[in-house]
Amino acid sequence: MAVSVSLAHLGSLMRGVRSVDQVGVEERVAALSKRSIKKQSKLWALDLAIRCMDLTTLEGADTPGKVAALCAKGLRPSPGDDAIPPVAAICIYPSMVPAAVAHVRGTGVRVASVATAFPSGQSFTDVKVAETREAVAAGADEIDMVIDRGAFLAGDHEKVYEEIGTVKEACGAAHLKVILETGELGTYDSVRRASVLAMAAGADFIKTSTGKIQPAATLPVSLVMMEAIRDFHRETGRAVGFKPAGGIRTAKQAIAYLVLLWETLGQDWMTPERFRLGASSLLNDVLMQVEKERSGAYQSEDYFTKD
Amino acid sequence: MAIAKRGVPATPSPTFEYAPAPEATDHVRIASKYDLFVGGRFVRAHSRRRFATVNPATEETLSEVAEADEVDVDRAVTAAADAFRSWSALPAARRARYVFRISRLIQERARELAVVETLDGGKPIKESRDVDVPLAAAHFFYYAGWADKLEWAFPNRRPRPLGVAGQVIPWNFPLLMLAWKVAPALAAGNTVVLKPAETTPLTAMLFADVCQQAELPPGVVNIVTGAGETGALVVGHPAVRKVAFTGSTEVGKLIQRQLAGTGKRLTLELGGKAANVVFDDAPLDQAVEGIVNGIYFNQGHVCCAGSRLLVQESIAGPLLEKLKRRLTTLRVGDPLDKNTDVGAINSRQQLDRIEALVRSGVDEGAELYQPECALPERGWWFRPTLFTNVAQSSRIAREEIFGPVLSVLTFRTPDEAVEKANNTPYGLSAGVWTEKGSRILWMAERMRAGVVWANTYNRFDPTSPFGGYKESGFGREGGLHGLAPYVELA
Repeated sequence: MAVSVSLAHLGSLMRGVRSVDQVGVEERVAALSKRSIKKQSKLWALDLAIRCMDLTTLEGADTPGKVAALCAKGLRPSPGDDAIPPVAAICIYPSMVPAAVAHVRGTGVRVASVATAFPSGQSFTDVKVAETREAVAAGADEIDMVIDRGAFLAGDHEKVYEEIGTVKEACGAAHLKVILETGELGTYDSVRRASVLAMAAGADFIKTSTGKIQPAATLPVSLVMMEAIRDFHRETGRAVGFKPAGGIRTAKQAIAYLVLLWETLGQDWMTPERFRLGASSLLNDVLMQVEKERSGAYQSEDYFTKD
Repeated sequence: MAIAKRGVPATPSPTFEYAPAPEATDHVRIASKYDLFVGGRFVRAHSRRRFATVNPATEETLSEVAEADEVDVDRAVTAAADAFRSWSALPAARRARYVFRISRLIQERARELAVVETLDGGKPIKESRDVDVPLAAAHFFYYAGWADKLEWAFPNRRPRPLGVAGQVIPWNFPLLMLAWKVAPALAAGNTVVLKPAETTPLTAMLFADVCQQAELPPGVVNIVTGAGETGALVVGHPAVRKVAFTGSTEVGKLIQRQLAGTGKRLTLELGGKAANVVFDDAPLDQAVEGIVNGIYFNQGHVCCAGSRLLVQESIAGPLLEKLKRRLTTLRVGDPLDKNTDVGAINSRQQLDRIEALVRSGVDEGAELYQPECALPERGWWFRPTLFTNVAQSSRIAREEIFGPVLSVLTFRTPDEAVEKANNTPYGLSAGVWTEKGSRILWMAERMRAGVVWANTYNRFDPTSPFGGYKESGFGREGGLHGLAPYVELA
């Protein structure tokens, strides 16, 4: 449920958001990026990375066939190897929801649909709400919405807030992830403000990016969002999840995000309930690294299925 | 659920436990004995005495080092005085070439130097690798650039070298302090007799090897190991023209007394009890990082450590909550592990001193906070510590602890912050955390400290002068200012 903030208080909520020091954030991230994750801890992280993965395809060329292949990969990333868990969710466009639901129903793997005029968010609120309703009706367990960056940058926090609230209502029982599209927000201060706005409006997760804009997810932006989540949890008692997405292609990057998460939000967030990695091409690199840790040698990419 | 090796049962760990990631040491050779470095060669000490240098993380002896007596020091100073004639007459560009060469060799041998620094001193490998050694190389590189530009450094003043510089350095940044002292001295055309700290002589011994590798003319750099008595002999030798000391205020005062009336030049870089001032508009999460970096960096063995946290009362609650949480994530332990944040206390003696001061804090009614963390069984360790409810009059608010111990005090207004920050016999460094640029300048103008960091802490650069006010010493090291003490100006 949304934490109720009257619109009169929204202004003071936004003004009360702590500033962020760019140099400090980037220094902290640089320091944490030097953590050396080896052996058992690496395997542990790779396992969690798979369990927290939102395996994604968001292309104009997506077809039911493509989605079916992606679902098969998500359910059994490494056929014949029971130690490799399935991913958390399959993330697709709304029109592909029925195709995905048909393949993952009853498996525990969830269906996440982007909505609200993804990726730009430049449409009418009614249209966004209708799109959300349809996606949920078609069986989406999770909705990844985009905020109206135009309104946010124009200073119309009220509009952004209300729209998130309305979409949240339309979600019903489905979980709502709110994409800030940090690459368009310009400063860490704005990222932090948008994080607070989205959480106050009822987001279950806050997510960095659509993947359609560069830069997409970065470690410093993620740290700023995690710190906002930490403070929001301390102040309201409500735990909001975090999802970096876009540009995370290697196991090494995924581990860097997990280190950041571990040292910022801690144990309670090391679960797919509160952390997701949005990625389309990360999974095979993770599988290759697992194989490398197990056997001590890198295997040819032809041993890993490409879907 | 954890991914197991094929055929091996999964051993799921509920948390993200970082597996040990120790830095390799097989590329490092530490000799069982080191002699004195005099006149370009390693020579047996006249004293015939040696002392052990110990790894503070394991209490194991790493090597035995010669203890220089009066005759040894005299030989070293004589070698330096002999070398001075030709070294100071060398074309400046040639002198620069030697100093550049030293810088390059430090870079080439960076891994070796970092590992030895960590073994001998107890500091985390990530610090010796990313801070100490690169900065040491940067200092030589920077001053090499000045060597043939002294006329531009001091226009129309005809700078001339002084002669033999006697330099005594501490154990907290052994190689870096060596670089701060040796680089400007050589660049300006002086020769050097250096006395490293008795608990951390090994990187200086490796540096002697670097000097040989660089084919530095014999006698330009001489290194005599020993304890305080050896240091006093270096400082007191009549042929020494310039003394540079970094260490405790107590010893600094002794040296100043010893040198009074001798005409020797002197710079002192002594203790500190820096205030790190956090205003209510500060970026709190980054301020927490700055506070942690300010006091727990190098186990708090830092003269400019931000050991007094002055926090505006209106945000003391949330700030301390964040800070305490952050302390629980500090990784204390094996200094050679790449993930270690806080290493070993440098010596038994220093640990005793920290423990005594912490006890006095508890006795005086301050509230102690230490995170839960397992400490290794052997070696000298101290948990990151934070005191709240500290009175301005407490010993832990006034005396330099030189350990991972932070005293937290509060203030209400900027004037009060300045008053409390300055209310100490020391004046080496300070920190200010605020979003307001004008307040940073206002504070920096009023705080009597040689270095004021704004929205950051413990940042060093060879181009920036460093040094203190009041009982923190006088003279500056680093930058153009750092050259001045090594030249005579007409």
